[in-house]
This record gives sequence, C-alpha cells and structure tokens, in this order.
Amino acid sequence: MHSSSEFLISQADGRPMYLQLMDQIRRRIAAGDWPPGYELPSIRVLAADVEVSVITVKRAYLELEREGVIVTRQGKGSFVANSVDLGSELRRRELDEHLTAAVQLALALGLSSKELELRLREIRDELAQKERS
Amino acid sequence: MSVPALQLEAVEKSYPFFKLAGVSLKLAAGQIMGFIGPNGAGKSTTIRILMGMAQQDRGVVRVLGRSMPHEQALAKWDLGFMSEEMRLYGYATLGWHLDFVASIYPAWDARYAATLLKRFDLRPEQKMKHMSHGQHMKSLLLLALARRPRLLVLDEPMTGLDPVARHEVLSELMSAVTDESRSILFSSHHTQDVEQICDQITFIDRGRIIESSDKESFLDRWRRLQLELPSGLELPVLPGVVAVKSAGRRLAAVTTNAFTPALASAYQEVGACVREIQRMSLEEIFVAEVMSSRKEVSA
Repeated sequence: MHSSSEFLISQADGRPMYLQLMDQIRRRIAAGDWPPGYELPSIRVLAADVEVSVITVKRAYLELEREGVIVTRQGKGSFVANSVDLGSELRRRELDEHLTAAVQLALALGLSSKELELRLREIRDELAQKERS
Repeated sequence: MSVPALQLEAVEKSYPFFKLAGVSLKLAAGQIMGFIGPNGAGKSTTIRILMGMAQQDRGVVRVLGRSMPHEQALAKWDLGFMSEEMRLYGYATLGWHLDFVASIYPAWDARYAATLLKRFDLRPEQKMKHMSHGQHMKSLLLLALARRPRLLVLDEPMTGLDPVARHEVLSELMSAVTDESRSILFSSHHTQDVEQICDQITFIDRGRIIESSDKESFLDRWRRLQLELPSGLELPVLPGVVAVKSAGRRLAAVTTNAFTPALASAYQEVGACVREIQRMSLEEIFVAEVMSSRKEVSA
C-alpha cells in the first residue's frame, strides 16, 4: 500500500467528513503524538493522504484553529497550539460537545431536565454494571 | 488571482432534441469539481464543448485561459481528457500506446507512467483487445495522468471499475492536485466518489445548471427533519423547504436546502414534535434537488 495515512474517514460514519478528521486530529494531540509546536501536514498533503477533498481538510483546520487547538501562520503552515495541558482541556471540550448535542436532542424530544438527569444517571449505572461483570 | 482552470459563460448549444441553456461554470485552479447529472442531462455535451470537440452556438468558453474552440491547439498541451467512450487500438499493446503518447507530449513523465502501471496492475505487453473494460479504463486514465496536464477532464472515469481499482484511481486523482496549479473536472454517477474528493459540486439537469457551489457549505445546508404531528395539524409552508413527505397521518419528513435551528423551532411552535434532524448524503440531495427543480419548471 502506498497510503501512509493513519487517519480513517468513513462514509458509513454518520458525521460529516470534516468532523471525523477534526476528531482524529484532536485525539492525536490529546495522546501527545503531536506535541505543542508540532507542524501539521499541509492541507494538500493531508488531503491526498486521507483521500478527501482539499476543502474538507481546509474546513477541519479552520475549525480547529477557531477552537484554539492549532495556530496557522501565514506562509509558514499550521502548528499545534502551545497551550498548557492541552490534552485534558481537549477531552473536556470534547465532553462538552457531546453533552451539548445530547441536550439539544433531549430538547427536541421534549424531555424535561429531570428526565434528562435521570437518564444520564441510568446510563452511568449501566456502564458501571457492565464494567463489574 | 491565477487564471481559472475553466470558465463558461452563458453557453448555449441546440440539438434537435436537446438544448444546453445558458450554462455558466467556473473552476478555480487547484480544485476538483464533481459534475453530476442524470442520463442525458448535458454533462457530455458540456465536456465536448470544453474540449473543443463541439462548438457552442453562443457564449464564452475559456480553458486554462484559452478561448475555445479557437485556441484549442494551445490549450490541449496542458489538457488531459478521458471518457468511458474512448477506444484505444485493439491490435496494439498498451506499451505501444504509451510510446505513442510520450512521443507527442514533451511533458510525459515516464517514471510516473511506470509507477502507475504497477499501481493500476496493468501489463504494457498486453494488447488492448484482450483487456477487460476496467483495464481499458485504467489504461486511458494512465495515458492522461502521465502527461501531467494542468487540467484533467474525466467523463465517467469510474464506470465499471471494481472497488479496489476505484480506490487506486481516487488516490491518484488526489495526489495529482497536491500541486496547487492542477485541477480536475470529473463527471460521475458515483455520488460517493464525488462526495469524497471534490471541492466543488455542480448539478446539471435537462441542459441547465441547477446548483454549483463548494461542497462543504452545500452539504451543510441540506437536512431532513422527521416530525411527529398532533392529528389534524396542517404543516405550514416554511421558507427553504423543498419537499414534505407524509407517512401515515401523524408522521412527516421535511427536506430543506436552507437549514437553520430556527426552522426546527418554527415547527415546534406550531405543535409538531421534531423527532430527528438528519444530514443527507450527496446522492439523496441530488435526487431531491432534481425533483424539486423539475417541479418548478413544470409549475
């Protein structure tokens, strides 16, 4: 195989491709594979590598920049931001995103805050039980 | 700004049973455009005009800054073309074809051609008439790619390719545009391929461009809302809604091409419950777009 890509974008994943890519880059950074100051591949190189359109990678980089995860210096390239303890902050942000999506869905389904809290606790208990068994 | 890879302005062309009606299109250098349309929509006619193989009745056509068809000889040095309808010489080998094309185009990249032979799993000593349809398609692509043209125009390049070959071809197309000055226009029925690698998406139906925009904002605008309605509720007509499909008396699916969260709230305000907000695949969008544009034309 000539593809050196360690990213995997799937059309069976319900999320848009740019979100999948953002997620995998964030994980790379959180795991410390890409340390602060690390230079990201250029947009075109990553696009060719992952086999997705340039515009998709561009969008993923733009959104990561807006989140403060990476910084882009004109003509120099994109780098992992030099912020302290990026890993745990990224994980917290990821959690917030998932929670926001869950709350939005609950609102659309007409769930009350009480019901939502209850459901959250149930899921936590189910997970804990699974772990024990 | 650099010269656009291709540009059409108000291009018209009439045939006895078909008319290209005022087609305008633009592809910036360094981008890949997916050109999608049902059978007989005008894809091939548009491509033939771009390639100087047919002349427009009216309108301006520029390819790599050259006016078509008059300056086609100049444009073609840097223009690669491949169509599923092209045939190579059956009694000649693939190797003969490689030498032939190499002798015409000074930019021919022999090392790249050798790499592509391996990657596409082709043998130069094989005669074209003994090749399968897929091998024939891959040979045509190889001949176009190894010239390293600045613009590649591909008419249904994926037809008849198995999944592995398609993957190899997509990957080659992506590496061709690693260089920012190279661009690709490709028409396809495979909306999945287009969704994966294209920066720009253009829909054509019945000789008209019904949509042409960048893929990301395009996919973002379309959603399907699954609604549950109290019995007897008439859904109001809201802006940006392209189609409403009822299932039974209490369920409806609403398709929009201008989604904002405000649309979901608007439905909730009239008493509908929004069960789900779904993103749509390019294929679903394409069908919805064609159906709604046909409705508008006949209305």
